[in-house]
Amino acid sequence: MAGNVQVSASLNPHAAPASVMETPMVEIERLSLWYGAKQALREVSMAVPKHRVTAYIGPSGCGKSTLLRCLNRMNDLVDGVRIEGAVRIGGTDVYDPALDVTELRKRVGMVFQKSNPFPKSIFENVAYGPRILGVGSRSDLDGIVERSLRAAALWDEVQDRLNESALSLSGGQQQRLCIARAIAVEPDVLLMDEPCSALDPIATAKIEELMLELKNSYTIVIVTHNMQQAARVSDYTGFMLLGELVEYGVTRQLFTNPRDKRTEDYITGRFG
Amino acid sequence: MRRLWRSGEPFIWLTGGALAIALIMVAGLVGLILYNALGFFWPADVARLALRDGVVMTGEIVQRELADGKQDEYRVKVKVANRDLYGSDFVWVDEARIATLSYPDDVAVVERTEWGLLIGTLQELREDGRAVATGPAAVAAELERRLPDVERLRREIYRLERKEIGAINYAQEQARLQLRRLALRGVTEGPEVEAQQRRIAELQKDYEAQAQRLAALRTQERASVLVAADDGKEKDLPLAQVIDVHFPNRMGVLAKSAHYAGKVWAFVSDNPREANTEGGVFPALFGTVMMVMIMSVLVTPLGVLAAFYLREYARQGTFVSAVRIAVNNLAGVPSIVFGVFGVGFFIYFVGGTIDRLFFAEALPTPTYGTGGILWASLTLAILTIPVVIVATEEGLAAIPRGTREASLALGATKLETTLRVVLPAVMPSILTGLILAMARAAGEVAPLMLTGVVKLAPALPVDGFWPFVHLDRKFMHLGYHIFDVGFQSPNVDAARPMVFTTTLLLLTIVVCLNLFAIGLRNRLRRKYATAAV
Repeated sequence: MAGNVQVSASLNPHAAPASVMETPMVEIERLSLWYGAKQALREVSMAVPKHRVTAYIGPSGCGKSTLLRCLNRMNDLVDGVRIEGAVRIGGTDVYDPALDVTELRKRVGMVFQKSNPFPKSIFENVAYGPRILGVGSRSDLDGIVERSLRAAALWDEVQDRLNESALSLSGGQQQRLCIARAIAVEPDVLLMDEPCSALDPIATAKIEELMLELKNSYTIVIVTHNMQQAARVSDYTGFMLLGELVEYGVTRQLFTNPRDKRTEDYITGRFG
Repeated sequence: MRRLWRSGEPFIWLTGGALAIALIMVAGLVGLILYNALGFFWPADVARLALRDGVVMTGEIVQRELADGKQDEYRVKVKVANRDLYGSDFVWVDEARIATLSYPDDVAVVERTEWGLLIGTLQELREDGRAVATGPAAVAAELERRLPDVERLRREIYRLERKEIGAINYAQEQARLQLRRLALRGVTEGPEVEAQQRRIAELQKDYEAQAQRLAALRTQERASVLVAADDGKEKDLPLAQVIDVHFPNRMGVLAKSAHYAGKVWAFVSDNPREANTEGGVFPALFGTVMMVMIMSVLVTPLGVLAAFYLREYARQGTFVSAVRIAVNNLAGVPSIVFGVFGVGFFIYFVGGTIDRLFFAEALPTPTYGTGGILWASLTLAILTIPVVIVATEEGLAAIPRGTREASLALGATKLETTLRVVLPAVMPSILTGLILAMARAAGEVAPLMLTGVVKLAPALPVDGFWPFVHLDRKFMHLGYHIFDVGFQSPNVDAARPMVFTTTLLLLTIVVCLNLFAIGLRNRLRRKYATAAV
């Protein structure tokens, strides 16, 4: 699966208008994952195209967060986890034993369900990643912090109080700060694990707007509970159920004309 | 009844009542200490009691209670002082026996270096056997003129004894040890040995010169003051022994306050006198603070590192749970047990080994193989380590998993995450643990008695001789000082106010140390965690 693939055509034969050639950024091949004896992912295969927003939807416990966390190996932190299959990001095998996990995570940023700023100042939160990468000069850091906060549409709100505690921000601001923090190290891929689930509609709208902005520079993978959100922001959507990727394709196609009965049931609200 | 209970009101009263009882007990304790301690330095008026049988008594009335077996007759306790003249400091007098009670202006209270206070009327100031001034007013004026010189002389003698002769003694001891060291290496003659012997001889000459100077200074002040006490008794008190003279019945509130402040300052800044029952407590104060500081420096890193391993790295399971329970139980072990451990392990084993390896020339006199401030601090560090571990662990547990994940997701290693994110976030908890540890350590006495506290230490653990900080030295401690003054002194009645003032000082130190650490913690909290959403 190297080089260009015709994502929509291979996965969604009915997708007529969006049938274009896309460059895959993330390729997942027959990925299975067990937590102890319990299987959480079953032979998931898919390709996430570059500079697009890809959403995973599905009921709670279907494995969508697990799948997301496979992409930056956050599952490594869980005891008793076993993984089979392959994940490649930009052609690099993520589960290569020789690979330095920290190098991978610098290329694959992540925003979590619950905003989790460090108990430090706003500036230090954003500068944290660059500092880890070895950026020491104050002027470089100033530039990175401003650029990241502007990209996260937060600069205007916090530029006068960069030295205040990040915990003094509102929930929505904290989540945008986490986005700024993640993009400060300029990753290739940005993973978002239900980033709006704890936010009110206005903060949610801001973050969705931001995602559309950010996809020009980053490949975004988002997990969401909210089907409207997936419909609004994503270019591609995957529907997961019981650890299986039931259907994956162009968002509009999936929502208007699902191929699988289970997908149809879910998006029409018959279960889930 | 059932409805009343279910309404919750009685339970609220129960909880409030429990809190109130706890507060009353603490307030009572602190109040009792304050009441007994604060009055000690106040120059109370001195009464002159003329009894019906013609006996006259001069002294401060310190207590009044019902006479034995009587309903309405009281007796008073008079502090007549003049222990050397009367034999005891206090006398009980039935009020019925008192004919007249007056407060004469010319009664002087003399503070001196021996025998406690002297109360009486100033009669004469003599020098070389002839009177220089006669009569209370003239003597008082002359004393006021001369006392600063007496004080200066006393300080000069002290300086000579401690600094100059002390330095010579120290250098002599070093030279002696150097000789021993050479002897242990098998060198008993040759230029090195001769050099040391020459040095000892030179130092001996220096010492004799200084000793002569000291003797001259000691006899320089030849004046004495004659004080008339009750019953026609007299005391010819050498001026060199007089520290302070005041006339309480003549002093206004302002003068008394000034006197009070001076006495308080002397209490915290002076060395003790007369088997600790008089003078100040500076060495004990210094020893307590230094011991707590050393203990903090030792216990904090150790406890924090242990807690980090338990919470961040160890695989959580039965074994770690068992360790955690053991650590918690360690906090409940009686402190004397730690004292015994300190003696057995630190002093005999570690200290003995150090002595054999590095201080062989001083043996059989132990250097580290005996109680000292280092061993006492280490023993208390072990005693307080559970407190630091528990507090740090709780702090670590309170840091959300998401905070660590956020750092890892940014490509930080586990070590970077721990040092840059977890450690700053857990700092307030570490300080909380330290506060508790310091409070516990400052008040602990039992293990110290075994590991290095003494009634009277000849020198502070810090002085001007290299290496300046002497961790092997024995030291004084306020907690032990309280025990010693209150229960080991020959004159318990006179020393009792000292017990309370020392207790108050110890409490003040604990509160100050705690306030400092709490202030630091709050600053950190404000800096990092204002109003978490």
